[in-house]
Amino acid sequence: MSVATIGDQQVDVDQEGFLTDPSQWNEALGAVLASNIGIELTEAHWAAIRFARGDHATTGETPTLRRMQSVGGVSTKEMFTLFPKKPAKKMAYVAGLPKPVGCV
Amino acid sequence: MRRLLVLGAGTAGTILVNKLSRRLSKTEWDIAVVDGSRSHVYQPGLVFVPFGRYEEADLMRPTRAQLPAGVSLIEGEVELVDPGSNLVRLVDGTEIEYDQLVIATGTHPRPDQTEGLMGDGWRTDVHEFYTHEGAFALRDRLTRFAGGDLVVHVSEMPIKCPVAPLEFAFLADAHFRGKGMRDKVTITYVTPLPGAFTKPIAGAHLGGMLESRGIGLEPDFMVEHVEDGALVSYDERSIAFDLLVTVPVNMGAPFVGKSGLGDELDHVRVDPHNFLVPDTDNVFAIGDAAALPTSKAGSSAHFAVDVFCENFVEHIDGHPMTHSYDGHANCFVESGDGKALLIDFNYDTEPLPGSFPFAGVGPMRLLKETRLNHLGKLAFEPVYWNVLLPGRWLPISTDMSMTGKHRPES
Repeated sequence: MSVATIGDQQVDVDQEGFLTDPSQWNEALGAVLASNIGIELTEAHWAAIRFARGDHATTGETPTLRRMQSVGGVSTKEMFTLFPKKPAKKMAYVAGLPKPVGCV
Repeated sequence: MRRLLVLGAGTAGTILVNKLSRRLSKTEWDIAVVDGSRSHVYQPGLVFVPFGRYEEADLMRPTRAQLPAGVSLIEGEVELVDPGSNLVRLVDGTEIEYDQLVIATGTHPRPDQTEGLMGDGWRTDVHEFYTHEGAFALRDRLTRFAGGDLVVHVSEMPIKCPVAPLEFAFLADAHFRGKGMRDKVTITYVTPLPGAFTKPIAGAHLGGMLESRGIGLEPDFMVEHVEDGALVSYDERSIAFDLLVTVPVNMGAPFVGKSGLGDELDHVRVDPHNFLVPDTDNVFAIGDAAALPTSKAGSSAHFAVDVFCENFVEHIDGHPMTHSYDGHANCFVESGDGKALLIDFNYDTEPLPGSFPFAGVGPMRLLKETRLNHLGKLAFEPVYWNVLLPGRWLPISTDMSMTGKHRPES
């Protein structure tokens, strides 16, 4: 774990750059994190991010793609459009949430 | 008289009632198990079936015979659990009251969850090996397979025995080499994970084993549907196959969702250390049925039951539960040619190389292919029926041990 400066903020991150404390996140930071991985945030991105953060606050876990679809109303197809190639991981990164638990 | 009701007589449920029937007073406790199947299947054997190791009768024994005398077996399917009323309703309308309830109904392949999977090719060119029927159908198909593109595929995590599809790929490679037709077959391993396995050290090792065998790897592949001999992903990649061996989406029993106890895949939400369902003090879920961040496997079920039983006798006496499950799992991984690897891990420690169970001595080697590991896997079958299921003592500690493990320098 280390401290990184993202935009003009100091935040705690893990080895891959994921925020380790979701409470350090704000929307300005989210926009910088998104641009770090080449994503420009649209309203559709924000809807997904807001659901994921709210859900994490309730369950303590980053929602899976299946949960994004069945509870958050964001289809898996749309998640792949919004966050190409690795949607669950990229969304977690931008939303300041822990990397999705690698299912073992 | 109080009643302990256990739903499911699979690996977890069977070990649990065998252990608890010895611990609980017969004058105070009535133990009953609900299961819809008359046969208990030795599931670790299924991956070998397509390659001809077992005959149909070899892997099944009567469910009743695995349970202790004095425990009643109620044949039926669960319709609903009502924790507010301490009541379980079966599909046939029977209602059963309980004082303590354990849900051990496992997780099951659901090919119906992927569009097109059960189309015209189902059980002809599209197969699975997680059911008795499927494993034998695939054996027959493999004997007729003259060559072409074999795709080994995982639909979505979590799945039970997450190393089994890798084992299938390794065994298929060895099988075709043995028949002198490896050059007529391409094998591709298609997975929603970013690599061969989630955890970095084991993932790199197992990925290297795919590569050295000439097995292609297609990572980050989330299947959307199956059409005309091809898997199609959400990001519109298409992988053609002549023979598809898929691991369908795994889901818990439908009553779990209906009863409001499950996650999106009908696995029961529980405390990962003591298996208690939130907001209840007498409903537990254990084994593959529970949504736990460890492997869904017989070994983790066995270690979990050890912890559960110690806690349960405290809990019913009104004491706090003092034992905690660490997510320990321990799996043999068949790699073909009469060899296997062994992996040992828990919630916090990924599979590491080393020796097991004794430092330096072994005799098993972790994350390394050896003949002895393979013999260990084969020797496990009589151990399963005669030691593990009856809940007898095994010389492996319930908590994972760091003894003999070492973390490679990165």
